[in-house]
Formats: sequence, structure tokens, C-alpha cells
Amino acid sequence: MSTLTSAANPSRGLRWDAWAIVLWIGAGLIMAAFLWVLLDLLGRGLGQISWSFITEAPENAGRAGGIGPILVSTLLILMVCLAIAVPLAVGVAVFLSELLPHRSRLRRIVQISLDALAAVPSVVFGLFGNAFFCIQLGLGFSILSGGLTLACMVLPLLIRTTESSIRAVPQRYRLAATALGMTRSRVILRLVVPLAVPGIVVGTLLALGRAMAETVALVFTSGYVDRMPGSLLDSGRSLSIHVFDLAMNVPGGDANAYGAGVVLIFALLVINGAVLCLAKTWKARSGMAITAAT
Amino acid sequence: MYLRSPARASTVLSPMLIGAGALALLASALIAFIFFVVLGEAMAALGEIGLWRFLTDASWHPSSGEFNLLPMVAGTGLVAAGAMVLAMPLGLIAAVFVTFYAPSPVATAYLRLIELFAGIPSVLYGLWGLVVLVPIIADLAAPGSSLLAASLVLALMVLPTIALIATMSVRSVPLERIQAARALGFTKASTMVKIVIPSARKGLAVAAILGAGRAVGETMAVMMVAGNIVQVPESIFEPVRTLSANIALEIAYAMDVHRSALFVSALVMIAFVVLATALLEFVTNKQAMPDVHPD
Amino acid sequence: MRRERRSFLLLAGGFAVSMGVAWPASAGERLVITGSSTIAPLVTEMAKRYEKIHPGVRIDVQTGGSHRGLNDARRGLAEIGMVSRALKEDEHDVTSFVLAYDGVTMIVHQDSQIEELTKEQIVGIYTGRIQNWSQVGGPDKDIVVINKAEGRSTLESFVEYFGIKTKDIKADVVVGDNEQGIKAIAGSPYSIGYVSIGNGEYDVGKGVPIKLLPLEGIPANRQTVAAQQFPIVRPLNLVVANNKEPSARVADFIAFATSDDVRDIVESFYYVSPQPGQSEHGS
Repeated sequence: MSTLTSAANPSRGLRWDAWAIVLWIGAGLIMAAFLWVLLDLLGRGLGQISWSFITEAPENAGRAGGIGPILVSTLLILMVCLAIAVPLAVGVAVFLSELLPHRSRLRRIVQISLDALAAVPSVVFGLFGNAFFCIQLGLGFSILSGGLTLACMVLPLLIRTTESSIRAVPQRYRLAATALGMTRSRVILRLVVPLAVPGIVVGTLLALGRAMAETVALVFTSGYVDRMPGSLLDSGRSLSIHVFDLAMNVPGGDANAYGAGVVLIFALLVINGAVLCLAKTWKARSGMAITAAT
Repeated sequence: MYLRSPARASTVLSPMLIGAGALALLASALIAFIFFVVLGEAMAALGEIGLWRFLTDASWHPSSGEFNLLPMVAGTGLVAAGAMVLAMPLGLIAAVFVTFYAPSPVATAYLRLIELFAGIPSVLYGLWGLVVLVPIIADLAAPGSSLLAASLVLALMVLPTIALIATMSVRSVPLERIQAARALGFTKASTMVKIVIPSARKGLAVAAILGAGRAVGETMAVMMVAGNIVQVPESIFEPVRTLSANIALEIAYAMDVHRSALFVSALVMIAFVVLATALLEFVTNKQAMPDVHPD
Repeated sequence: MRRERRSFLLLAGGFAVSMGVAWPASAGERLVITGSSTIAPLVTEMAKRYEKIHPGVRIDVQTGGSHRGLNDARRGLAEIGMVSRALKEDEHDVTSFVLAYDGVTMIVHQDSQIEELTKEQIVGIYTGRIQNWSQVGGPDKDIVVINKAEGRSTLESFVEYFGIKTKDIKADVVVGDNEQGIKAIAGSPYSIGYVSIGNGEYDVGKGVPIKLLPLEGIPANRQTVAAQQFPIVRPLNLVVANNKEPSARVADFIAFATSDDVRDIVESFYYVSPQPGQSEHGS
């Protein structure tokens, strides 16, 4: 991209027209607004962070104590979500990219319906999860219901990233393997999918970020209980619900809401960092880029 | 496109094809399944109240048997429109800035930060809005929780998505076209306005549709700052309630017809999604989006 | 590539192990209690104590309003419902057990100059006839009227006492739970709302900047609620459906929750225990 930037920008540094000034100021203001949000969160929340905050149970409706059980619930919800969604997504992606002709009508239909699924607001997923998993399947407000609902939600994103990483596997590998007499299913299982693993990992991390940020779909499915979960059928409060509840419903809960918010941001930073690193190494190997923007 | 080879015929009915195909059907049927589950829950209200009353009742007071969704449809539309009016130009500014004006390291750092902000959970934007923004607006005009607050918070939330997609489409404008314009003596500014932005308009439309979709669907952040009064606001300082906030606010307490009526509002949102997706198909079909994958 | 593949397998293995750990613990006895958000924190504390005495029993408390508590108990979705109002006459398909008594009163910000409002003034404020604090002896500022969302029994107690219709209320902000209402008022100096006296006193004790207003000249506190003097007093109930015999565990928990063993919990929430005997120790 840097070549494009400099090539398209031959007069850089020579002319400071009015547009340049407007754009620098505009871009600066955008960044200032975001930094305001971020620094405000960090400024108010960092002071709350301590080892006991991370490990202890919330007390007094969350005004005191920590977020230990909430972290455990969040992790369990995310694991259920990924354990269901990742294998499903890999299967669908293999079908779409390896087994269907590129321009087939079926492929188009599947993709359009996945696009529509990706656009469904999370509040609708929440209602669906509540009606289907919690009530019709009788799972109740539970970590399992929450994880399954999130799995439906991140599925399109996972399929898309997995599909693009499978398609990025160079064609000559497939041809070579076929020429060596490998059957098609062996080519897919032993060659294509393993080669696509870095991309699948990146997609998984992106889905993880999306799932962790989710609030409303979980309010209706995994519930509000802030105790240490004993099983997947227990209700468990996720970190983002905890932030919401402390901020909205608990007088004097702001300090710990910010504390939990900082933990959430930190976790996302780690995920973002991992995505960036993996995408970079992968790009270096295969010459492909995948964008973290979804 | 590849492996249109002899291997194909022999594997047409392989277990793998059947298994993966079944998964694909499952995944693509999911949207329909969600629709039917929601429809099933909504049937009670549609039968008992009837579609018409969702549009003609005096207001939304489920406990008094009034079920008009229109004020909340208007609220949703206004909040989302306000957010888009703010976020679209800003997203475009960010895109043009990183592509044509910022030195390369600045552009890279800028994009990394925007990607980071795209990942920040909406509840944290809501927290900031509740604690920082609403009191500021309350000083201007009480109560502070308002259409304006909701639009501002939403604008911040959708801006990263819009900026990133806009950057992608601005960057994909063919270099020759830009160089030709410059060679013809266009100033940098008029190259921008007359060449780059028109060339990138499909991508910008995609950014707008996706941004609007997110703005319409967002729940928690909006619920935290919008004030949640069911009304068609007369000024930007008045509170509003969106469809999604209405669901989140009432579902835990709703029983029977009331609960069912909330599923009707979810149907309205699904209808919007289908419309937006169709629009997206229409836009991207005419001229393919810059494809990051090789064919 | 091999390293990445291994890390992927590690990740997958991690899932499997953690799910395996999480699964088997789902045995044991479980009680589900749903309903009023006013009662939920109280019952949560009682449940914690009960679980300590009876290991292996797990009690899940979910909020969802009195209406839902009643319906969940009727339909068997919950063993016990929480209802923060007296049962109506036609609700004889359930049996109620009083945990505590609570009042509902008006609250304003701590710095408000308002010390008391008459019934007419409050009706005027909530129906939009009175829009400025100066009309009731306050500063020249618009009144920010805070109301509760539909389905909350605090709202029902409020409209019933003041004789207004839910749909005639002209509010500026609608909130869900008590705590959210208190938070909204603490953050907005010219607002008014109504709230459970127990919740209100509890938060005043925590230093939250709100003020509970008297009603009909009677101060809003535990003492006037205990003496049944305060105009809006309501029982906080646990309810079970009559259509099936409650299990021994349900009966045992209800006996525990209405016993003297939990008086200190009731009082720590600033509610009034229904147990006679020990004198009120006001603080």
C-alpha cells in the first residue's frame, strides 16, 4: 500500500492547499474523539485493576470485590461459541471454496443468506436465542444458550475469513498433489485445510473479539447471574454485561464498571495484536493480505 | 474454476461433499430458521392485535393495550440518520487522508488505531456517552439523554467501519486514472472530488449500507444514552426510544401478548436487514467490490 | 506451518478439556427463582447463606419483574416467583409468603431545595401540568421526570396510589430497575423519580446523593413502613403455584427465607422483617 500512497501523492510536502489543511484537521479531530473515549476509560479504570480485582468475586452488587467469576463465565461462553462455530465454518468454507464451482447459483444463494445473517442485529439474535435455546430446547438462561447464540452470530464472519484463506492456497499445490495421485478429499484434508490454518486462526480471533464485545444477545440468553458457574447449564454474566449492569443499574458502580471495561479493552488489544502478527506472517508467506476490518 | 478436472467426477458423491454440503445448507438455512422462530413467537400478537394496530394505536403502552411501533421506527430512523450524517463525511475524510495526504507511517498507524476502535465493545462507547457526553448535553438542554447523544455515540461507533471500508475503496481507484487527471492539470483537490470519490462510489455505498445497518441494530449503547421515551422527538435534545432499545428494555418483563409484540418489532428489524442486504447485492453486483481474494 | 497447526490443535484441545471439566458438575439440586428486581438482591443473599448450609443445592435467582415471577411460577418455569406487591383477589392460584415489607416514595437529588411535595403537585408533575421547579417552590429549572418502564410493580404501586393512568404519564427518561432510577436521579440535579424505600435508604447509606421525600407528611423510612403508617407500603412475596405440591426443598427454602435466621439480611437491605419479636434497632 505504501507504494500506492507515495505514487498517488507525487506532490506531497510541496503544496499545502486548503484541502490538505482541512483533511489534517478533520483526521486529527476524529482521532481526538476516539482518544478521548479511550483515555477517559483508561484514566478512570486503570486504578481499579489489581490482582484481587481480577480474581475475587463481585460483592455488594459489584460495587466492591472483583470480576473473577465473570471472567470464568465469559471464557466458557466464548469457548462454547468457538467450539460450535469453528468446525461448522470450516466445513461450510471447504464446501463453498473447494467443492462448488466458483460461479454456481447455489454458492451465490449460500453467500447471500450468509450476508443477510451477518447483517441481523444482535438484539434479534438475542430474542431468537431466548425463544429457541432457552425456552424451546429447555436450556434456560445458561452459558450453553449464550454460547450457542453467539455461535450463530459469528458464523458468517468465520465462514468468510476461512473461505478466503482456503482460496488463498496456491492452485499449483492442488495440481501437484493431484498429479501425485492424491484423492480430492485427501488433498483437501491433508493439504488445503492445514495450509489455511493461519487464516482460520485469524478468523477465529476476529470472531472472538466480536463475541467478547457482545452484550445484548447475552442478556437474554446467558443471563445476569454473577456467581462462579458450576456447569455449562448455569447462568453466567459476561464481562460486557457486567460493565453495562454496573454503569446502568448500580449507583456507585461506575468505578468498577470502568475497571471491568479496561480489562475488556486489554483483552481486545491482545486479540488485535495477535491478529496483526498472524496476518503479517501469513501475508509474508503467501503474499495474501486479509483485512481485520469486519 | 480450478480442478475442473477428471478428479471431479469421481468425488461428486463422496462423503465429504455430502457432509460439507449439508453444513452449508444448514448455515444458509439459519437465517430462514431465525426468521421462522421469531415469526412463530410473533404470531400470537399478529393474530390478537393485528398488523394494522401496530401502525395506528395511540402509542406504545402494552399494559394499556396500545401497541404502536411507529414512534420507535421513527426514533430508530432518526438516530441512525443522525449518526450517518456525521459518520459518512468523517469516514470519507479519514479515507482520503490516509490514502493521499498522510505520510506512509502516519497512515499505517492511523489505520491500526481505527482498527482498534472498531473492536471496542459498544457498551464501552455507551459508558463514555453516559458518563461524559450526556452531562455535557444536559448542561445545554435537559435531560441530556437525547436523540443527539444517541446519534453522537452511534456515529463514533460506526465511524471505524465506514472509514476502513471507504479506505479500501478509495485505495482501489486505479492509479492511472489519478495520474491522468494530475497530468491533465487537475489540482489535487479537484482530482479528489471529480475523480477519486466518483470512482469509489460503489465502495462508499457499501460502507454506508453496512454502517447504517449497524446503527439501526445497535442496542446497548443507544439504550444507555437515548432516554428511551416513546415519542417522535421535536428537537435533537429530546429523548427517543429505538426498536432495539425497546426490546432490551421490556423483554425481561414482558409476558404473553406484550412479549409477542416485541418479537413483531424484531420482525420489522429483520425486514430491514433483508432490504439492506438486497440493496448491498444490487450495489456490489453491478461492479464488484475491490476483491481482496485472488480468483 | 507445523507450529501453527500445533497451536491450533492445542487451542482445540483446550476447548475439549475445559468443556469436559465444566460438564459433569451439572448434577445436584437446583432451585430457580425469578421475578421482581426489587426482591432479587435480597433473595440472592438469602440463597447464598442457604447454599452454605446445604452444600450441593444451587439456587439461581433471575430478575424479570413481579409479573414474570408470577407467571413463571404458574407455568413451572421457576419453582418460586418473586412478587413485590400484594396478590390481587383473582390470583388465588398461587400462595404467597411475605419475606419483608417495603414502601415506595418519591426521590430527588440531594442538592434539591424541595423538601416535600403534595399529592396534587406530584400528579401535576407526572402528567405534564407542572413542568418547572419554580411552580412548586424550587428554582427556575425544568423538571426532569423519571418514570419506570412498563411491567414494573413499583410503577403499578405508584400509579395506583396517585390515581393516574400509565399512558397519561409524561416522562423525560424511562428507566428499568430501581437502581437505574436512583442512578439517573443522582446524576441529574433537577430530576424526580420514585423508588423502593429500601433501595433508596440503602443507597443513601452508601453515600449516593439522593433524598427521599416524605409523603402526606410522613417521612419515608423503615420505621414508618414497619408501623404501616407510610401511605405506600407493599409486601415483598415469594409465591408458589397451587397446582402442584411444592418439593421438600422448596418448602424448606421458603421456611428459611421467612424465618428469623435471615432477619439481619432483610435489615441490611433496609427492608422491614415480618418477624415480630426483636425490637427495631434504628440506625
